[in-house]
Amino acid sequence: MAGQSNPDLSVFSAPEVEFLAEDEMVEIVPNIRMEALNMICGDFGPFFPQIASKVPLWLAVALKKRGKCTIRTPEWMSVERLTQVLEAERESSREFQPLPFHYVEISRLLFDHAHDDIPDLYMVRSLIEDIRDVRFHKVETGLETISGRTHAVKLKNLSAMEVNIVRPFMVRALQAFYRHDSPQMIQQPRTMGGSRPQAVDRGPRRDLRPR
Amino acid sequence: MASGSGSGSERWSEDLETEVAMAMGTTDVELLKRAWRNEKAAPEILQFEAALVLRAREQIQLLEETVEEFTENGVDDLVVSLYQMDLDRSLFLLRSYLRIRLQKIEKYMIHISKTNLWNRLSEQEQRFAKSRCTDIMEKHLEQSVLSRLPYGYQSILKQSISSEEDDMVPEPQLDTFVFCKTKHAVGAFQLDDTGDEIVDLVADDLYVLRYKSIRGLVESGRIDLV
Repeated sequence: MAGQSNPDLSVFSAPEVEFLAEDEMVEIVPNIRMEALNMICGDFGPFFPQIASKVPLWLAVALKKRGKCTIRTPEWMSVERLTQVLEAERESSREFQPLPFHYVEISRLLFDHAHDDIPDLYMVRSLIEDIRDVRFHKVETGLETISGRTHAVKLKNLSAMEVNIVRPFMVRALQAFYRHDSPQMIQQPRTMGGSRPQAVDRGPRRDLRPR
Repeated sequence: MASGSGSGSERWSEDLETEVAMAMGTTDVELLKRAWRNEKAAPEILQFEAALVLRAREQIQLLEETVEEFTENGVDDLVVSLYQMDLDRSLFLLRSYLRIRLQKIEKYMIHISKTNLWNRLSEQEQRFAKSRCTDIMEKHLEQSVLSRLPYGYQSILKQSISSEEDDMVPEPQLDTFVFCKTKHAVGAFQLDDTGDEIVDLVADDLYVLRYKSIRGLVESGRIDLV
């Protein structure tokens, strides 16, 4: 079974995020005739040769693997669009450009399984890598601005995989700042040593059983 | 669909939500996926999606039968394998959802059984928490450690007899931060009890917020954890 992730900080494993991305819709051009599929996750088809049809990515990849279709590269994966995104991404130091929530996983799956259907493959691949790098650098510099007064961090347009990567750092940093900034912590410095646990004080608890 | 920012306490009944979902063409898989994500990302256990799980199980069973029929009737292998994949994906989602809940129950069994979180469990989960978790753990701790400790330190719930409350019970950390995404505008939202921290949650926004402050929004389905 695809790795069940540790429920503590890394909420989803990378395969789990990919699993979610596989439900995104893409357009395929089948080369076979096939009746409509009435599945639990939705109804797709019927399929006719050379007539485009929308299916979830996992279905597209499955058909592609068997040589039954070509996958149409999504619009946002064109050199033109990605160049624009990369430029805009470099221009603003704080904001993220709108891209599909699962752009990392979708592009990766298409590179892996449908590379012959992607026009300008190498260019597209390097553009997406560059975009990822620029965005991740922004996330990293963003982490530096977190302080004790940070109650909310806005990350509009951050994608699923980026969320997943930054989650442990972000959550731990925010939690630490929050804990040290709480009024109880400032008013009553914790006395070390054999003092009895104070039951009345519901403030920062002594974590006797670190989990 | 603009949700009124004034009355924050409006709560969607489950039926209504299902109806809305149907109208919007959302499948049960989509709903289950949301439940799974929320359950995975939330520090505490959420309400068990009884109706949804029941529907998902029925659909899975139905498809299992169909796939079997297909194989017997010699339907094209390709079609069968595609249905099988759909089946496996749904099964994974359902299993993982149930499993993550069991993990939480194992971790916070005493806390859950003492609070009204107990009502969020399904009947089977309650049975699991009682007989498979709490009872066995109590017996084990009793036999291996507690019975050998001096008087006053033998409680499974308290550090010592002088503790006024149960201070040895692991509780979920509600102060933790979670990543959340809005589907529709929620409006200005107060983050702190003091009221000096307000964020304006517009549609399709992504925030890192303290779970405690958005708990209500998660429970009413107005915000999704990612």
